[in-house]
Amino acid sequence: MLDGALLAGQVFNGFSVASLFVLAALGLALSFGLMRVINMAHGEMLMLGGYLAYLTYLIVPGPLAILVAMPVAFLGAALLGGILEITVIRKLSARPLDTLLATWGVSLILQQGARSIFGPIGVGVTAPDWLNTGFTLAGVYFPSTRIFILAVAVIVLVALGLLIARTRLGLLVRAVNQDRMMAAASGINVRRVDLAVFCLGTGIAGLAGVVLSLLGPVTPSVGQSYIIPAFLVVVMGGLGSMVGTTIAAIILGLVSALSQIFVDVSMSQVLMLLAVILFLQFRPQGVIATRSRALED
Amino acid sequence: METLLKMDKVCAAYGQSQVLWDIDLDVERGGALALIGRNGVGKTTLLRTIMGVQKTTKGRVQFDGADVTEAKPHERSRAGIGFVPQGRHVFPHLTVEENLQSGLSALTGRGKGLIGKGIPEHIYDLFPKLLQIRHRKAGVLSGGEQQQLAIGRALAGQPKLLLLDEPTEGIQPNVVQQIEDALRRVRTELGVTIVIVEQYLDFAWSFADDYCVLMRGRTVRQGRTAQESAADVAHLVNV
Repeated sequence: MLDGALLAGQVFNGFSVASLFVLAALGLALSFGLMRVINMAHGEMLMLGGYLAYLTYLIVPGPLAILVAMPVAFLGAALLGGILEITVIRKLSARPLDTLLATWGVSLILQQGARSIFGPIGVGVTAPDWLNTGFTLAGVYFPSTRIFILAVAVIVLVALGLLIARTRLGLLVRAVNQDRMMAAASGINVRRVDLAVFCLGTGIAGLAGVVLSLLGPVTPSVGQSYIIPAFLVVVMGGLGSMVGTTIAAIILGLVSALSQIFVDVSMSQVLMLLAVILFLQFRPQGVIATRSRALED
Repeated sequence: METLLKMDKVCAAYGQSQVLWDIDLDVERGGALALIGRNGVGKTTLLRTIMGVQKTTKGRVQFDGADVTEAKPHERSRAGIGFVPQGRHVFPHLTVEENLQSGLSALTGRGKGLIGKGIPEHIYDLFPKLLQIRHRKAGVLSGGEQQQLAIGRALAGQPKLLLLDEPTEGIQPNVVQQIEDALRRVRTELGVTIVIVEQYLDFAWSFADDYCVLMRGRTVRQGRTAQESAADVAHLVNV
């Protein structure tokens, strides 16, 4: 017999895991949808965000360090993403396999770089006291850290949604996504839009790194643990769709958390992969069938 | 008359397959040139080459006194070339209003606050239907409405030269007349120079000052429409 409180707790955990998946996957979805780029170094943007959070804690310790760390990590990861886009991805445009291999190489370089600077052992970020609490409701314990991560994901999703739907940059992004040639012929600098979107995506990954640092140590390979689920979320979501990515993240987050009632963590990851394979058998286009440049070419 | 667009021995190719050979073309400021020829002779490729979405493999393209051969499409658009391609290419998931707003990007660098002024009123004046349907997604519009939108989007960037690729193709006759009337107003009221690819010789002759016949990627005949009749070139165009 299933305990109701246990089930409710795991559902909450599922949403919490989903919020991490969303933050990790949004950048991948954005860059694939617009540029057909599979960025294998995306996980290292999470790692960078985590290390920047650690450094921020060293420089400005205190209860509000986490709030300082978030813009620092966002800007740091966005800057590195911008450099990666200009120096590697732009040079390899229209060569997806080369891009994949090159960004994988960058991923290895970044991991080794982190290992050389911070060492192979993980560094810890201590959550401030106001995040080390929680409350119990109907027998279910809600830790503040998890609620904070959920809130960050919701804020990022709402902000990104508003940016895409309501701003001039969002209009240009949608135009380029729908018809790249015509966007350029209408006076839109498509390369600059690519760069802006790529920086935005890597910046969000940097934010994901900060919230990850609240849950465990930051290691040179921390991004690798999240990049596979992030890719699964993007594929299941419909390759490039923001709404699809969010729904897929929620489904996979719930599968992961609820399956852990019955099986261990490793087996829950196997079940998550099986869930994606099964889902794609019945709906190969993903949760939301996106019409993007990448999929029309 | 002053030359706005000058093409000098321009060649273009799709991979190994050359499509345009040594095209020489002069378009006068304020004038209208009709590009005519049978299907597959390179008319669309020539327009794409002027816009820069098709690369020039040899030769030079000059626009408004500047060499734009190496310029990217968005740079040419900002320099004052507007493009209405075959198939219209409206942004299907953007509303009519958003499509027109996207065209304002061509004003980048042409004056502070120009984009902020929004969609110029003369576009809705030329195509009143667009105002009525401004909140609808472009993908659900009829062919005629999409064509009006594609022309309106190009005009939002206040071009000096407008490239039109068969603007009346596949559109019902009553809308064709509206589009033709609007294009005449674009010439006379806005002073925009036009290069038009057109299959209907009667319209081409009544609309344009000059014509250029393409055959197998080369210009085989050029002249003024006032000095010859459409019947004189019909054998070069009709299958």
